[in-house]
Amino acid sequence: MKELKLKGKVWVFGDDIDTDIITPGKFLSNPKELAEHAMAPADKSFAKGVKPGDIVVAGRNFGCGSSRETAPEVLQMLKVGGVVAEGFARIFFRNSIAIGFPLLECPGVHAAFQGGQEAEIDLEKGTIRNLATGAALHGRPLDPMLLQSIREGGMMEVLRRELREKAKALRPPAAP
Amino acid sequence: MGQTIAEKILSSHGGRESVSPGEIVDCRVDLAMGHIAMARVAANFAMFPRELRRVWDPERVIALEDHFAPAPDERWAMAQKIIRDFARQMGLKHFYDVKAGICHQVLPERGHILPGMLVVGTDSHTTSYGALGAAGTGIGYTEMTWVLVKGRLWFRVPQSIRFDITGPLPAGVYSKDLMLHLLGRFGTEAAQYKSMELHGSAIRAMDISERMTLSNMSLEMGAKFGFTLPDSKVEDYVRNRSREPFTLVTPDGDARYEAVHPVDARGLEPQVACPHSPGNVKPVSQVAGTPVHQAFLGSCTNGRLEDLRVAARILEGHTVHPDTRLLVSPASARVYRDAIGEGIISTLLDAEALVMNPGCGPCFGAHMGLLAPGEKCISTGNRNFKGRMGAESAEVYLASPATVAASAVRGKITDPREFQ
Ligand code: SF4
Repeated sequence: MKELKLKGKVWVFGDDIDTDIITPGKFLSNPKELAEHAMAPADKSFAKGVKPGDIVVAGRNFGCGSSRETAPEVLQMLKVGGVVAEGFARIFFRNSIAIGFPLLECPGVHAAFQGGQEAEIDLEKGTIRNLATGAALHGRPLDPMLLQSIREGGMMEVLRRELREKAKALRPPAAP
Repeated sequence: MGQTIAEKILSSHGGRESVSPGEIVDCRVDLAMGHIAMARVAANFAMFPRELRRVWDPERVIALEDHFAPAPDERWAMAQKIIRDFARQMGLKHFYDVKAGICHQVLPERGHILPGMLVVGTDSHTTSYGALGAAGTGIGYTEMTWVLVKGRLWFRVPQSIRFDITGPLPAGVYSKDLMLHLLGRFGTEAAQYKSMELHGSAIRAMDISERMTLSNMSLEMGAKFGFTLPDSKVEDYVRNRSREPFTLVTPDGDARYEAVHPVDARGLEPQVACPHSPGNVKPVSQVAGTPVHQAFLGSCTNGRLEDLRVAARILEGHTVHPDTRLLVSPASARVYRDAIGEGIISTLLDAEALVMNPGCGPCFGAHMGLLAPGEKCISTGNRNFKGRMGAESAEVYLASPATVAASAVRGKITDPREFQ
């Protein structure tokens, strides 16, 4: 079970951060290189400087562009806690939920943060606090069904667990 | 309150009386299509306990090899083998190997798509099925794994937007020109996460092939679904290909749209999308004369029999310009065969076109017909992003089959109406 509360230092990005910025196409065939260049076209210091639990704050249309699932995957690989944005592109949104990567849509969040400040997020309530300024914002909390996918670590985790349990139930009990 | 097409299909598949935009609904899926991404789905299945590696309904899952077909190298040959094996192990009733053609052509033409269906595919242009009144949309491979196990998926009910298009289109102007015009005028984000409905006399006058071009490229406007209003032409098309029962899903008279855009298409000129965005659209008169090194006729957008017919009419009695090569890839084996039957392929060969096998190859720069640095190509495809068909510095222009054929003859971008 994954925590639905996040706390971490923020990295701030603008509008229309596309999948080519998050995962530059050149490095697609090599996951390690991809992680080393994540977000590089927008901020070269990100991939090196990001710490587990850090949070990405962005403007409108985050994750637009191609349907590559590598975009949320690479952020998850870098152990980013989650992304809070003014808005998300459809496929990025869906792929994030699918792999259990936390997201929150929150109007006004871009203006409320500066890089390096600390944020505290409650995904269930949809609230965000800037611990440096005290500012409190209300985003749109995810639907309970989608929150559940994040809580359980993504669709593959849910499926594997469900099927493992089912398989156990199907097997004859061990002889006494 | 009345419902739009998307709302009706999502409520019926979610077991609900009605739904409204923004709601999340867990829906039953009628059909799941996977192409090359199915190799990743197969890898996911390998993590499940062996005895439970089953798809929810082998009749409702279609696997298909169209990207990189036939395999250009060992790596893709391997991926295709994985899919072939997976289809066999899962007992899929329908598996189409490299010989069949492009997914969005093969599924409708073989009667798999029925009006009112909810279809998911591992391809973004799954919106194409909107031309038959089916709700089709693209998903990733993790979600596809989920669908294959459960037969269900969550959907956020989209806002619907409507375009009322007054026609008929003038002679020499096609549905591709209309779509490019919409893209240029309303932008590539006009339908972001929305369900697009195209209504009006211009749509009614179109055959199914032309409507498929519209639904296909609704994705370039960001659409989640791209419907043309289904009518008796859709019924005829489907009845000729399937014995399954269906009913047309049409919007209620009092359905709510986030926006309604009236568009008068009666004076439209042929349109061209210039590099590097499908939204960078100009009337052909503004770009005419631009030299092209390659012309491509094919893809799920415009590789159907009707498209080849239009091109052949223009090419008849001409030859492709010596500084240009014309690549033709019929969208499916059936299109290919029918084009031979009608003498279209002979006409194309007489005009010195290069006719290739059906598949996705050139459309997304996978193999066959890539562009060298600095080359320009005019294509009937749906995307012209930087590097889409080869070198980063190559330029791709998107246009109708008529404009592509006319440009191939002259070796430069040409208004097809000069050939009437
Ligand atoms: S023809 Fe092009 S756009 Fe259509 S499915 Fe194939 S690669 Fe995608």
